[in-house]
Amino acid sequence: MARAISTRRKLTFTAIGWAVGLLIFFPVLWTILTSFKTELDAISIPPKFLFFDWTLENYVTVQERSNYFRFMMNSIYLSLGSTFVGLLFAIPAAWAMAFSPTPRTKDVLLWMLSTKMLPAVGVLIPIYLVFRDFGLLDSRVGLIGVLFLINLPIMVWMLYTYFKEIPGEILEAARMDGASLSKEITHVLAPMSVPGIASTVLLSVILAWNEAFWTLNLTTSDAAPLTTFIASYSSPQGNFYAKLSAASTLAIAPILILGWFSQKQLVRGLTFGAVK
Amino acid sequence: MATMQTKSAARLMMAPAVIALLLWMVVPLSMTLYFSTLNYNLFNPAQTPFIGFTNYSFFLSDPAFFTAIRNTLTLVAGVLVITVGGGILLALLLDQDFYGVNIVRLLAIAPFFVMPTVAALVWKNMMMNPVYGVIGQFLNFIGVGAIDWFSNAPLTAIIIIVAWQWLPFSTLILLTALQSLSEEQKEAAEMDGAGALSIFWYITLPHMARAITVVILIQTIFLLSIFAEIYVTTSGGPGLQTTNLPYLVYAQALLQFDVGGASAGGIVAVILANIVAFFLIRIIGKNLDA
Repeated sequence: MARAISTRRKLTFTAIGWAVGLLIFFPVLWTILTSFKTELDAISIPPKFLFFDWTLENYVTVQERSNYFRFMMNSIYLSLGSTFVGLLFAIPAAWAMAFSPTPRTKDVLLWMLSTKMLPAVGVLIPIYLVFRDFGLLDSRVGLIGVLFLINLPIMVWMLYTYFKEIPGEILEAARMDGASLSKEITHVLAPMSVPGIASTVLLSVILAWNEAFWTLNLTTSDAAPLTTFIASYSSPQGNFYAKLSAASTLAIAPILILGWFSQKQLVRGLTFGAVK
Repeated sequence: MATMQTKSAARLMMAPAVIALLLWMVVPLSMTLYFSTLNYNLFNPAQTPFIGFTNYSFFLSDPAFFTAIRNTLTLVAGVLVITVGGGILLALLLDQDFYGVNIVRLLAIAPFFVMPTVAALVWKNMMMNPVYGVIGQFLNFIGVGAIDWFSNAPLTAIIIIVAWQWLPFSTLILLTALQSLSEEQKEAAEMDGAGALSIFWYITLPHMARAITVVILIQTIFLLSIFAEIYVTTSGGPGLQTTNLPYLVYAQALLQFDVGGASAGGIVAVILANIVAFFLIRIIGKNLDA
């Protein structure tokens, strides 16, 4: 073996590593724990970590009082809807860029990425006024349109990098064997591009779910997703820590789990290939 | 000819995405530019006379504007210092081989997936509240005394919250860069008698330099647009202490209905972001060639 790592060194790093990891994770852990407390236990001094009366009442209350389920459904509609529309636009574009590149392809791609760098406040006012005039404020359709557009550059970019990894020779070989275009797509290309598309969908859903500029500015109730719903806890009435925690736990749990699968996609999608 | 055919087919396939983004960027941006030259108030939308650069001179001579610019830059700089410094340390730690390192990695990247409104409200209430917050109780316990973050150091509080959200991003990217560093190079340096610190300084850090640059550029672009965290915790206050440029534009337009002035602010924000984007696009472009 090139280098023997001593057991002591490993144990030291285990202790430091876990301490740091738990410290960073603590606010999330604390939110989850608090969601199972009574409001009284949630603000007890000193704080109660594990020894309190575990209860599910907050989850029930949050649903009963504010119809939590409706906001959750909006989050699902918006993130899946914008991702689906995004795929319809992004797959053909990324496909063309990867398989029939022209000298201008690079410029087009860079230009697309540059639109992602446009600050949202630069276009907030016209978008708001157009939405108001067309009756799109607080509508799911309008918001799907915006979310799809802000994630489109990332989707094109991600798909492009995955498609580029598909070797062109395979296509030629299939063509030589007399495969028609439709056969070529269904039997050769589709299976090879599924992993890339899945990764893109994952990242797009995560980004759309957590988007909190346009959702806060363009929705109030009917189309409001969880980001907007949680924001309503910013002007609290009375005891609310446990209820805020229950609402928050439900809002972040699905994305946290998806997110843990998406470490690699995150680096790939958000750095635009600037880090290899 | 086949190539001509594929070329026009390729154009056709790219057209929807290109047109969609073109409309999304060019149309609203030119509307913002146009609005910024009008005296346009939503209370009196019938009268929108052209006033040239007056909005800009008003906006740029407004003390609130300079406060917002200062807050925006402080926020970006503060978060960058924490996330880049902390990210390097954390990446070095997670690059080690220890028991459960994969689980610790998952714990450490979790904050990135917490939606901004949840992160902000959980930190404001359950972490930073001077009476019931965990940090306050801990500081009381060790005898330092609780801090009323949102009254006494509101911008610092926002910086801490945003840095917590972005630390995983820099860590992940720096860890990716770190993992491409060859073990042999480090071992050779060790053989030559280099200590851990000089290996870090002369080998590891230069190797990460490019990734660090990219982290700084990308984060700056996203951090210039921080909005939700301020919206749900402080609404820009107390006073203007936590008002950054995006929040100022929002307040000017949707709370004070001054479309012209807000548009001028929006254009300033675009220019600010473009300075950073210029360098980032160049790096990305170079990598696309390679």
